Amino acid sequence: MISELEQLISNALMELETITGDKELEAWRVRYLGKKSQLTTVLRGLAGLPVEERKRVGALANRIKAELENGYEQKTQLLREDQLVSAVGAESLDITLPGRLLPGGRLHPITQTINEIHEIFVSMGFQVMEAPEVEWDYYNFEALNIPHHHPARDSMATLWVDQKNERGERNMLLRTHNTAGDIRAMEIMKPPIRVVTTGKVYRYEASDATHVPMFYQIDGFAVDKNITMAELKGTLYEFARRFFGEERKVRFRCDYFPFVEPGVEMAIECGVCRGKGCRLCGNSGWIEILGAGMTHPKVLERGGLDPKVYSSFAFGMGIDRLPMLRYGIDDIRLFYGSDLRFLRQF
Amino acid sequence: MKVSLSWLKDYVDIKLPVDELARKLAMAGTEVKAWQAIGGRWEGIVVGQITAINPHPNADRLLLPTIDLAGEERAVVCGAPNLKIGDKVAFAHVGAKLIDGHSGELISLEAAKIRGVISQGMVCSEKELGISDSHEEIMVLPAEAPVGTPLADYMGDTILDLDITPNRPDCLSVIGIAREIAALTGQEVRLPKDDYDESATTIDSQVAVEIIDPDLCPRYSASLVKGIKIGSSPPWMQQRLIAAGMRPINNIVDITNYVMLEYGEPLHAFDYNQIRGRKIIVRRAKKGEVMVTLDGSKRALAPDMLVIADTERAVALAGVMGGYDSEVTDNTTAIFLEAASFNPPSIYETGNSLGLPSEARMRFERGISPGVTIPALKRATQLLVEIGGGQAAKGFIDAYPGQKKEEPIRLRASESKRLLGVEFSVKQMKDTLSSLGFEVKAGASGAELLASAPYWRSDISLEEDLIEEAARIIGYDEIPTTMLGQPVPPHNPSPMLRLKSQVSRILADYGFQEVITFSLTGMDALNKLMPQPHALEPEPLRMTKPMTAEQEYLRPTLRANLLTALESNLRHEENGVRLFELGRVYHRRKNDLPLEPEIVCGVLAGPRFEPSWRGGNEALDFYDAKGIVERLFGQLGVEVSFEAGSDESLHPFKQAAVVVGGKRLGVVGELHPKVADAFEIAEEVYLFEVDLMALLPFTIGHKMFQPISRFPAVVRDMALVVDVGVSNAQVQAIMRGFPLVTEVSLFDLYSGEQLPAGKKSLAYRISYQSPKHTLTDDEVNKVQQQILDKLSKQLGASLRG
Repeated sequence: MISELEQLISNALMELETITGDKELEAWRVRYLGKKSQLTTVLRGLAGLPVEERKRVGALANRIKAELENGYEQKTQLLREDQLVSAVGAESLDITLPGRLLPGGRLHPITQTINEIHEIFVSMGFQVMEAPEVEWDYYNFEALNIPHHHPARDSMATLWVDQKNERGERNMLLRTHNTAGDIRAMEIMKPPIRVVTTGKVYRYEASDATHVPMFYQIDGFAVDKNITMAELKGTLYEFARRFFGEERKVRFRCDYFPFVEPGVEMAIECGVCRGKGCRLCGNSGWIEILGAGMTHPKVLERGGLDPKVYSSFAFGMGIDRLPMLRYGIDDIRLFYGSDLRFLRQF
Repeated sequence: MKVSLSWLKDYVDIKLPVDELARKLAMAGTEVKAWQAIGGRWEGIVVGQITAINPHPNADRLLLPTIDLAGEERAVVCGAPNLKIGDKVAFAHVGAKLIDGHSGELISLEAAKIRGVISQGMVCSEKELGISDSHEEIMVLPAEAPVGTPLADYMGDTILDLDITPNRPDCLSVIGIAREIAALTGQEVRLPKDDYDESATTIDSQVAVEIIDPDLCPRYSASLVKGIKIGSSPPWMQQRLIAAGMRPINNIVDITNYVMLEYGEPLHAFDYNQIRGRKIIVRRAKKGEVMVTLDGSKRALAPDMLVIADTERAVALAGVMGGYDSEVTDNTTAIFLEAASFNPPSIYETGNSLGLPSEARMRFERGISPGVTIPALKRATQLLVEIGGGQAAKGFIDAYPGQKKEEPIRLRASESKRLLGVEFSVKQMKDTLSSLGFEVKAGASGAELLASAPYWRSDISLEEDLIEEAARIIGYDEIPTTMLGQPVPPHNPSPMLRLKSQVSRILADYGFQEVITFSLTGMDALNKLMPQPHALEPEPLRMTKPMTAEQEYLRPTLRANLLTALESNLRHEENGVRLFELGRVYHRRKNDLPLEPEIVCGVLAGPRFEPSWRGGNEALDFYDAKGIVERLFGQLGVEVSFEAGSDESLHPFKQAAVVVGGKRLGVVGELHPKVADAFEIAEEVYLFEVDLMALLPFTIGHKMFQPISRFPAVVRDMALVVDVGVSNAQVQAIMRGFPLVTEVSLFDLYSGEQLPAGKKSLAYRISYQSPKHTLTDDEVNKVQQQILDKLSKQLGASLRG
């Protein structure tokens, strides 16, 4: 009996070795571990054996059963792995075929630029403010120290709305700059104030590669008890550093705007020639990017603030120029032409 | 303004190279836009003198002048009509670089045989030298030009093109710029000669001036010079005028222009003998008054225009243009010379209404200081005596009713610190202001000064002005760089900005390209949006002087520009186009600025997906557009519903109004085929539009968290047969009204042969769930039956067999 069992296990294990498929394995299991297998018969017949033999045969049969079951598990695992490997091998595909695209659009390059600029100024404590595009003469000119007949009005050719007040004067216009929002800011906020007003501005100008009647501007405005030109410089230099990069030089020079005193023009080193002078920068090595200055006392007074107590800076910057410089765009009209072949590039 | 460097050097020593000078001027507020070297390329060109002129043996129109070059002679062939023996000319040796008179290109001069005669060089025109466009005649040099000298040494120069800011009319002058350079380089200014011999007779005995309207003419100064001989002005003067972009006319006009460029003060010369009654009256024009200006035009004057009149008539439009009758002519022998100060707005209005721009007008409009009249007048009178050969009457007329007592301005060192963030020392500020011509005295304490602006400055009235003067000369580079500190203002970000940015990003993520179009549009485009044209209500706001018909009105809708953009893109896009714009439209309001609601509008046309190797080439339909709106509102967390719409630009039966909180605040639908046709779009176009201003209140605030039920959901299907007129929304509203129903989705829609006519089948998947316990089949069956009963009773629905 014992030798039969030992013969059995050696046969079973040898057979198991040679099995390569699921069906064969199942047949093997039925043959050696099934209800009608020799082993099961032996185990069932144990009860009829004398005590001593029952113990010996029983122990051996149970050991053999455990060994066979273990062999079966291992074989099952082995076969599954083989199948997975061969299945994967059969499943190659052309990975150069295009993927299944989710629809994707883009924000306008101007919107992207505005978002970038806002992020910088918001991190410096500025709040983004909105103001009307159709504006009164008062906010756009008069309150900013630009009375009628001021030569500065000539430099901002104005689109007037065809509407007159009781005195027969045209007084409604499309804002020519976002500085128009500064007085509004003073009317609704108390110092300390830090705001940027961003959006469309309008000029009475025929379109060409460098002019369009509508473009984007950002105006910044800060008021408090001890705002100085040093903070104006700090704010704008930091903006330039973050927007244009660490290595670009920046300069402040004197310029004139009626609503500031002293007035400033800020330029960055030309990105093409790096300050040596080229066609883009008109041989100066510098590219003007914004006008700024310390808010004129008369403007603070118009906003209801005492210029002896409060000081303030303001700056205004054209936005379209920034992506033009960054991407080498040579025609401003492209921004407003809605051509997907252009817009998709950003 | 164009200024020649050699002229500037008459008044100030300039030792800096031009680029360094340009940099210094720019940093201090006067931008040098460009500079041009005259004569920089004149190698091989020298001053010569014509000593003989022989005829050309083979050509009638050519001559053979001989040119003396101090020691050697050259024979050339020349066709110019103004060759004269004895004239000094510019002679170019073979190899010199010249501008070709015909092509305008820079060429190298070669020896040439012209009609059989060899030309050993060339006599040059102004164009060939790059001085002007004149090419008909050769350029004749002044008689004192030294023969044999390189031309560049004799008349080479650098012309600076300066951008003068509107607050500095004093810098619209050579002396003004010289003063800036002097202050910036530590030099002194040398003013030109302005003394001359006067005759015994006083000016007052020969002419009088009366200012009737001092509000428009605060100062009127004049001199009188008799015995003038009209002729051309000296070459040096002509040369400088040309370099500044002015045309020489005669000695009198040239002197007034020259002194205007020199001092910035516009002058006007009258023919003294044409001044009737020997009296000048400065007054407003009379009603119906007419005058002929020196350009020969007869002009009707308005009563707010200022005129210079004699006792009988107007003889000039003050500051804008002279009169025909009093103009200096070849027969003029006596000059009444005016140097006045006029009210800038009045000059602007007069010049503008008559459409007369001029150099004088520009200077008056910017408010040249009244202080400049006498120095300019003296200088011009000196030139009239010296160049015009006249005798000046004794003294001046100087009517100055507008004279103001200018108090000195207090300047505190502490204030420079408060404004600039750096404290300039009292000495530093005193030295700087003095270098600019300010009169500076000690103030009430050691830390302050009292400063008075020099007579030529009209832009200084505040302490801030003085601080800018000090800062711009000391240099903005001296101002430190500091970050803004405490307190940081409270941050209240605008909810509209947040909403706009969310909506833009969502639509871009769904495949829409953002566009920005002009806020101005034309009536033509707006009319295309209406299948039945009618007047727009309210009428869109119109521009006073529209630039083009396409930019006449402020847009009342984004649609017109967006559809135009769609059309132009469809021409080159094969895989469909999806665009959106987010921006303002403008609606007229009575007695107020227009309402400017922020609107988002999207348009889409073409296939649903990009055609691909995997297939999927279906056309878009209404439900694509609606799905986008549903997803948009889903992302915004706003509950939205749809009602039948009535937008005239959309297909009457394929559109819906977008409803939030009972308010219609948008539309979605197919573009009306007539509208698509008007925009020349052949494809079906779908459009959606949402008024973000109306939506904003529904996006504010937070929703509260809903706990996730621990108990499983039971899902049941229900296929119904209803009349075709019954809508999905009606069915769903009833289903969702039952408390255990958590989700309802339509998964099949059928109408056709298998159903009776007029019927359709809707199949729903309904989820039931309780937050309190696991639902039993019995519970779900009960609700399912209740739903069916209600549907049957209210909508005539039955279960599909």
